[in-house]
Amino acid sequence: MSRRRHSDENDGGQSHKRRRTSEPIEIEDRLESLICRVGEKSTSSLESNLEGLAGVLEADLPNYKSKILRILCAVARLLPEKLTVYTTLVGLLNARNYNFGGEFVEAMIRQLKETLKSNLYNEAVYLVRFLCDLVNCHVIAAPSMVAMFENFVSVIQEEDVPQELYEKKDVEMDRLLNQIDGYLKRRQKTHLPMLQVWTADKPHPQEEYLDCLWAQIQKLKKDRWQERHILRPYIAFDSVLCEALQHNLPPFTPPPHMDDATYPMPRVVFRMFDYTDAPEGPVMPGSHSVERFVIEENLHCIINAAQLLSYPGKNKIPLNYHIVEVIFGELFQLPSPPNIDVMYTTLLIELCKLQPGSLPQLAQATEMLYMRLDSMNTTCIDRLINWFSHHLSNFQFRWSWDDWADCLTQDLEKPKPKFVKEVLEKCMRLSYHQRIVDIVPPTFSALIPANPIYMYKYTEESNGTSLPGYAVAVAVSNAIKNRASNDEILTVLKDVPNPNQEVDDDGGEGFNPLKIEVFLQTLLNLAAKSFSHSFSALAKFHEVLKVLTESDEGKLHILRVVYEMIAVLVDKMIRTQIVDCAAVANWIFSPDMAHDFTRLYVWEILYSTIRKMNKHVQKIQKELEDSKEKLEKLQLKRKDSGDEEDMEKNSDEEDGQLEEQIERLQEKVESAQSEQKNLFLVIFQTGSVDFNTPWYKNCIERLQQIFLMHHVTIQQYMGTLENLLFTAELDHHILAVYQQFCALQQ
Amino acid sequence: MSAQLNALFSDSYVDISQYRDQHFKGNRYEQEKLLKQSSTLYVGNLSFYTTEEQVYELFSKSGDVKRIIIGLDKVKKTACGFCFVEYYTRADAENAMRYINGTRLDDRIIRTDWDAGFKEGRQYGRGKSGGQVRDEYRQDYDPARGGYGKITQLQRAPEPRHKF
Repeated sequence: MSRRRHSDENDGGQSHKRRRTSEPIEIEDRLESLICRVGEKSTSSLESNLEGLAGVLEADLPNYKSKILRILCAVARLLPEKLTVYTTLVGLLNARNYNFGGEFVEAMIRQLKETLKSNLYNEAVYLVRFLCDLVNCHVIAAPSMVAMFENFVSVIQEEDVPQELYEKKDVEMDRLLNQIDGYLKRRQKTHLPMLQVWTADKPHPQEEYLDCLWAQIQKLKKDRWQERHILRPYIAFDSVLCEALQHNLPPFTPPPHMDDATYPMPRVVFRMFDYTDAPEGPVMPGSHSVERFVIEENLHCIINAAQLLSYPGKNKIPLNYHIVEVIFGELFQLPSPPNIDVMYTTLLIELCKLQPGSLPQLAQATEMLYMRLDSMNTTCIDRLINWFSHHLSNFQFRWSWDDWADCLTQDLEKPKPKFVKEVLEKCMRLSYHQRIVDIVPPTFSALIPANPIYMYKYTEESNGTSLPGYAVAVAVSNAIKNRASNDEILTVLKDVPNPNQEVDDDGGEGFNPLKIEVFLQTLLNLAAKSFSHSFSALAKFHEVLKVLTESDEGKLHILRVVYEMIAVLVDKMIRTQIVDCAAVANWIFSPDMAHDFTRLYVWEILYSTIRKMNKHVQKIQKELEDSKEKLEKLQLKRKDSGDEEDMEKNSDEEDGQLEEQIERLQEKVESAQSEQKNLFLVIFQTGSVDFNTPWYKNCIERLQQIFLMHHVTIQQYMGTLENLLFTAELDHHILAVYQQFCALQQ
Repeated sequence: MSAQLNALFSDSYVDISQYRDQHFKGNRYEQEKLLKQSSTLYVGNLSFYTTEEQVYELFSKSGDVKRIIIGLDKVKKTACGFCFVEYYTRADAENAMRYINGTRLDDRIIRTDWDAGFKEGRQYGRGKSGGQVRDEYRQDYDPARGGYGKITQLQRAPEPRHKF
């Protein structure tokens, strides 16, 4: 196979390439790999690697300039933890080739504009930081950087200030800093309580992100902008870089506010450790030191266990403490963690495995989190429960439960015993009842979950013969075993007495709760062997079930009946439309469920229901969009083809079909949205509650969570929600949640 | 200018493995195509005593599970240590490959792999004795998977001596 086509054309000066390969694609991949890997562990020093790479890239500039530009711009955006490595590299390239430096700066500005337009704020921040550090590498002239900052100050909310800028332009910088100070002081912060993991301020206040960053900057300013943590390879190249000519940034105006722009949500800085928690080894930087900020920012970018543990500079900081804090910070982030929850479990397991003596800081952190449960946000507690139970299941459920004996003397609804109870419940679901009995000390028996054996009540052994409906239950059971048809079963069920009616007026057609109970309990009893059996049963008798649940009360009642096999069955019933989402919400908030209202599984069902509702609406909306696009394309194509006859013949039929489809989908979307709106109405109609109970804190925080997670969707229905629900008559605590929510939007 | 870097974003946990089902009706290319689109996972190294509910609990952590089919011994019709987990979306299955594969269920490290899709008959073990092939040949003692491997069991129980 001939591979010489490209290298033949580019003959002169390419001899070094032929040694590697003669395929340009492979060369480009190799360039990418070289650039991405610089800065990683190596036998040579970082400085010599950078020097070498700069030489290679300089030689490749004539042929691969645009590719190299593209790769460098990408690493600036995607590898922020190696910022100074790449700024040094660019500095070296600029010293060797002034034009390239200029083109790189222009490419970066173009990229910055695009990221801002696409609402990719995190990436924009990394790009701006990169540009700032280029001042330190003598690529960009300081005054032009300050000018860019002045353009930003009134618009963006994030700054990071490099050292040299201050040395060269202190007057302007001071003015800038004062402006930022003024803005931050004027800001409203009503949203803060909704995002905090703990409500107490001790031992670590949960500061709003910008406040904390600003405090860190103020401290840095007081320290004359001396910062010791960041690796600065360009210092070694100072003599070379000083000789380089600098570029001016082109004038830059940040894009104006657009109504449909989505801005990042405000955040809270998660802190659980300070230097007193890490008494041995290197000192942990203080909460308002910029070193803390830099370490945390970098760790957030690294989500691989091995990479986390080989963080450069790890000998100067208590790395494991930082890692554990950053990981829990993400896990507890409100409204949602940046990654799927289970990812953090696996990451922590990997970290435990990679450490020679396990990860004692993790046990220490778990202890600390347990101690502070009383003031922890309910949603965060839920995540802690899920994480801890899953983690334990990977380590044979080994834990020093006796250390937590204090929870045994408390009321079972208090946070600590409740936490332990829910953890044990989840542990049981991942294993089996006896296992849990074996792993906890006997003193904890009150907190062990009940053995989930389903008790069918229509049997002689359980004295069910005297129950109303017993005879029919037996008949139904036989009918099912004998493979009766759906109609035959409905006929058998007609004989079930209706406790709601005094006179048998319409042949038992109205809502009959006993009918539902008899049928479903009998069916599930026969199919109780496993979920699969139950699902087959639901599928087979789908018709019968739909008849029984036609009314709203019917839907409500069937949910009550399947309570034992709960979450999974409810999910199936929603998907097969035996019940709708609003019914699930109504049921959860009904008096029957009051005793279980604060249980984790109940809220998991509710969250899952909301998610399903949202997915359903999105799916239909997408179908509608796709159909509309299709129609548009068809019409455009016909206009272009210009064939008159063709247009007449096919257009009517095709158009007609599509238009019909669009109409149908439009109706589907409207009905789905109406269902969705109804769901949120039901959820927020919980009314006033007695607010001194743990039940209340639980409920309010969960309502907050729903607001936060689905704020985009809820926005659409704001009008209705405001008018119907959030008037001054409503319990003022719920109103406060609503007002905080609105503040968050601004 | 939204260049992604191939060198950075290898999602190797999601790649298909070397395993190809010998009983698959179709050629290699077709099988690979299905594997790359599939939302069904094969899960191996389960204990014989692991229940469907446990599998649900664990695998629901990466998304809603559509259904689970527990692998059965062809002769005894009892669980024989593997299952299929079907998700509603590929994305959820990918997260399971990334974050649940290689962790423990019932104290055992389980392994997940893409499956081309459940077909009736695939829920049975293909070993000669009715269980999985691996349980025919292994020589270790694994109490959660019936003790010794089948061949080893036969070797350990000597044939009754014929007395004349």
